[in-house]
Amino acid sequence: MTKEEVQKIVLDIIEEIAPDEDVSSIKPEVRLRDQLDLDSMDFLDIVMELRKQHGIEVPEEDYPKLASLESCGEYLTPKFNAKA
Amino acid sequence: MSQNYDVVVIGAGMSGLAAAIRVALAGKSVLVVEKHDAPGGLNSFYRQEGRVFDVGLHALTNYAEKGQKRAPLNKIFRQLRIPREAFDLNPQVGSRIRFPEASLRFTNDPASLESEIAANFPDCLEGYRNVVRFVEERDATALEDRGEMAGSFLAQHLPDPLLREMLLCPILYYGSATEDDLDLDQFVILFRSLFLEGFSRPVDGVRTIIRALLKKLKEVGGDRRMNCGVARIVTRDDRVEEIELDSGELIRAGSVLSSAGLVETNRLCGLNDPGDRVGRLSFVETISVYKENPGNFGWNDTITFFSTRRPFRYRRPEDELVDPGSGVICIPNHYQYGGGRSLKEGLVRLTALANFDQWKALPKEEYQERKADWFERLQQVAREVLPTPTKDPRQSLVARDMFTPLTVEKYTSHLGGAVYGSSHKAKDGRTDFDNLYLCGTDQGFLGIVGAMLSGISIANRYVVA
Repeated sequence: MTKEEVQKIVLDIIEEIAPDEDVSSIKPEVRLRDQLDLDSMDFLDIVMELRKQHGIEVPEEDYPKLASLESCGEYLTPKFNAKA
Repeated sequence: MSQNYDVVVIGAGMSGLAAAIRVALAGKSVLVVEKHDAPGGLNSFYRQEGRVFDVGLHALTNYAEKGQKRAPLNKIFRQLRIPREAFDLNPQVGSRIRFPEASLRFTNDPASLESEIAANFPDCLEGYRNVVRFVEERDATALEDRGEMAGSFLAQHLPDPLLREMLLCPILYYGSATEDDLDLDQFVILFRSLFLEGFSRPVDGVRTIIRALLKKLKEVGGDRRMNCGVARIVTRDDRVEEIELDSGELIRAGSVLSSAGLVETNRLCGLNDPGDRVGRLSFVETISVYKENPGNFGWNDTITFFSTRRPFRYRRPEDELVDPGSGVICIPNHYQYGGGRSLKEGLVRLTALANFDQWKALPKEEYQERKADWFERLQQVAREVLPTPTKDPRQSLVARDMFTPLTVEKYTSHLGGAVYGSSHKAKDGRTDFDNLYLCGTDQGFLGIVGAMLSGISIANRYVVA
């Protein structure tokens, strides 16, 4: 799975948990928190959906690695590929 | 062969239902058990002679418009994945705090209260603005107890005791389990929810909200059993192993979230809780149904918080069944329902502090008599506190009901009919057992939005994360 595909999965999850946010103009390198109104409860939901939909576990100490779409791709792609 | 769930939630009130939805969203199996046949707990409804009456709900506090993403109400919609339309929230017209010396009107626009304070308490305006700033900046939903009180905080900022009492009156009535004063974080949460956000109501009352929660719970695969009381929480060493139902059936639970209250939950675990933390504050409420809108009597405020006496006291009456000296009068007709919708009849509800033990001690016949007496007396209080009626409301009365602290105890299972639960709150939700957590009233977030937020926060911290 490519980094872009993984980023698309994260975007789909954000759209699902925060349907009132506009995800079309997200800049991958900027922190998600600075572009969208996401709080720690929302990040918990991203982690929850990664586990539920894709069986990907993100331990709490790694939450900072989900800060931007870019870092999500970096961090999650190996996890997705290790599973495949 | 007993049933097995990742999580069992005790109580199908607002906090229990919200917690269960979060657990199910996280992909875990969950069962909600509720003692009564009606869901909602403190905020439920009942039918009588073809009418539907709410209990508990005067207003949904924490009103927020769409797009105010930091508002607790909007967080709840997101966390529970319920569309906001499902709650049908219609903002209030305007409410008032009435004391003998002054009256303050407020709406869902915080500027309205500020301008009333500027006009009535000019010496306190700067201090009031500081209070608002403090409330806006404080993170009061942290799950910890900081041990500060609101009374001394207000005294630092507002030199006039009358204004302090007037601001505390609605706050204490809408969520304090302690007498005359409350924890500063609870004050912050309630101040924000009442004065900075405000009131709203679904046109059909609380059942709209309950139905939305039940529908979501079903959709995400949560199970629910009604008329299903818990006889015992079976523990072993520091853990809960099973729940024993009144029927004798055993259910194995990975963890348990209890909205039954602190003392109540301890006792279910077989702990010898002496009950000294059972809440002291309970209420009576009268419900008057009129054949016309109470606006016709000249009663136009949505909610009136009153005290006929100074200093204002928020205490359990010691020698009387009821303290008629202060209370809350709610007129559900006065919300901006929109779309040409309105209530078919006029409704006026009056809530006042009451003494559980005194009501409990009455013999059965006398209980009914005293209830009827107090209904009349509280109607008179309403006529005195509200603007002098332009026509006699008594001519228009078509139905009435009243509940007492005994009714509250029966339907909420809160010992002592303590509406706001124990005076001791377990903010982090922890108990003596590793996998048993409290949510709801005794966790410490109050009001309907607070209760849902409590269920969400406790489920998130201990089950979802």
